[in-house]
Amino acid sequence: MVFLEFEKPLEDLYEQLEKLNEVGEQGGIDVSKMTREIEAKIKDKRKELYSNLTGWQKVQLSRHPERPYTLYYVDKICKKFLELHGDRHFADDKAIVGGLGMIDDQRVVIIGHQKGVNTKLRQYRNFGMANPEGYRKALRLMKLAERFKLPVLSFIDTPGAYPGIEAEERGQAEAIAKNLFEMAQLKVPILCYVIGEGASGGAIGIGLGDKVFMLENTWYSVISPESCSSILWHSWDYKEQAAEALKLTPEHMSEMGLIDGVVEEPLGGAHADPEAMAKTLKSHIKKELTALNKIGVDKRIKMRIDKYRNMGKFTKV
Amino acid sequence: MGWFKRLKDGIQTATEHKRETPDGLWYNCKKCKHTCTSKELKENLWVCPSCQYHTRIGSNEYFELLFDEGKYNLLFDDLEAYDMLSFVDLKPYIERLESAKKKTNLKDAMQVSIGRVNKKPLIVACMDFTFIGGSMGSVMGEKIALATEYAIKKRVPLMIISKSGGARMMESAYSLMQMAKTSAKLSQLAQAGIPYISFLTDPTTGGVTASFAMLGDINISEPGALIGFAGPRVIKETIKRDLPENFQTSEYVLETGFLDMIVERKDLKETIGDLLNIFDIQPSSRIILSSLRSGSN
Repeated sequence: MVFLEFEKPLEDLYEQLEKLNEVGEQGGIDVSKMTREIEAKIKDKRKELYSNLTGWQKVQLSRHPERPYTLYYVDKICKKFLELHGDRHFADDKAIVGGLGMIDDQRVVIIGHQKGVNTKLRQYRNFGMANPEGYRKALRLMKLAERFKLPVLSFIDTPGAYPGIEAEERGQAEAIAKNLFEMAQLKVPILCYVIGEGASGGAIGIGLGDKVFMLENTWYSVISPESCSSILWHSWDYKEQAAEALKLTPEHMSEMGLIDGVVEEPLGGAHADPEAMAKTLKSHIKKELTALNKIGVDKRIKMRIDKYRNMGKFTKV
Repeated sequence: MGWFKRLKDGIQTATEHKRETPDGLWYNCKKCKHTCTSKELKENLWVCPSCQYHTRIGSNEYFELLFDEGKYNLLFDDLEAYDMLSFVDLKPYIERLESAKKKTNLKDAMQVSIGRVNKKPLIVACMDFTFIGGSMGSVMGEKIALATEYAIKKRVPLMIISKSGGARMMESAYSLMQMAKTSAKLSQLAQAGIPYISFLTDPTTGGVTASFAMLGDINISEPGALIGFAGPRVIKETIKRDLPENFQTSEYVLETGFLDMIVERKDLKETIGDLLNIFDIQPSSRIILSSLRSGSN
């Protein structure tokens, strides 16, 4: 188990539990009563820790190394999934995956950022930071979805679009802009979930949809708290403050009317019980897709554009 | 002790006794160090007469040099930003807004206007870099949305002049969503068959580039402008090696295929006029510039 900083009290309790079991085994003593006590304490502590998470703690949770990523959910949610590759122009980006899937009887096109599950794969997936070809692959699949009248399901989980020389040369900005432009007019439903990190342009590049939801322990913002700290505070040390100031939690985003709702995670986060998380997500997706499928194409596009049209706050003088 | 050493530490002259030429009389080119008077610079459309470096100018200057007789009407000029998130970093957002307003005499980082370019009507939405780095917040997004709707209704082409460091962090996700908002509105403009000219000037980066600035039917830039998604410093820190020469300049972006052309400031009006003539869109009703507003100067 990997514990985050704020989970230190939990880590201590788990250590106690381990030691107790060791003592019990070695000495042949019955420790079951004490074990149950510590387990109860763990449960209470976890509830307490998770009942009031700060912005920065949610950022940490969204990056938990054991957190499930797109392909985990795809595997659990779909009874069939065919991964499709390549943008047909330059390459196959490993940081964005996509393909055709069946969720029970609902056929879908799925796109999503993908992070690696170990050190080697994290590099292979470029830490979930897509290059232009990733965004263009996603667009190709969305156009495929449109042609065959399949709804699009998008999973967002990125620390940002990759800032590299080649990414710039191949038009990172144009790739993201084009996706926004095309997604606004896509004739099929688009349903988006922030399942981890929702960092800026890299996130919204596959994140414009009829409905956008965030899992409970995720964040969505115009900039990462670290970069925000470095730019506005001229130091990397103010990430906690930046995370608060940016109001990047699902609760804040929901209050501001910038997302359509929050999907509850198991106690302790999605990684504490990934199967339960996948189950919750699946039923949520099915419910939302059923509702979106009922709306006529023109009306749905108009509602989608009008939703974004109304985002923003200003005064009139 | 050497005779040339100071006898006292520090500078002894009080600030008020410091002798300097007043600001604004002379221009010293940051590229070639050429010096000329500000008047000469203005007569040369704020382009260095020696090395053709295009200095950064504001919306009023662009309106003046684009529109016939320098006359235009401002649109949607009643919008102002406010601190909806109570955002505080080293300085509260509200203070940043107040000082930007005072310094620039503008309400936000974008002004929209309608006028004629070689007799053809055109709506121009132009950024001001001097207002919090031309950052895109709710006001800019709303102005672009309104400009787009106006362009569709009046059947008048739209030009957006970008000059921005990107999204306005102090409006957090509200500013991020302006990328989606503006791109969605431009998709409606495209469907209505109204041309959109994107003019990317120094600098155009971040969320602005990754939304409306890259979506022009025609993408134009000025010589030597910085255009990119990530800033050069961020890229350098990420990849830990030096960047190629001319990286992210408009000349470089033209070569990589994301610009249609680079136009010098002196040729801008003519080029835009030519484009408008070729697109030849008939306005839905006569465009009457009711209260002609002359340029700022």
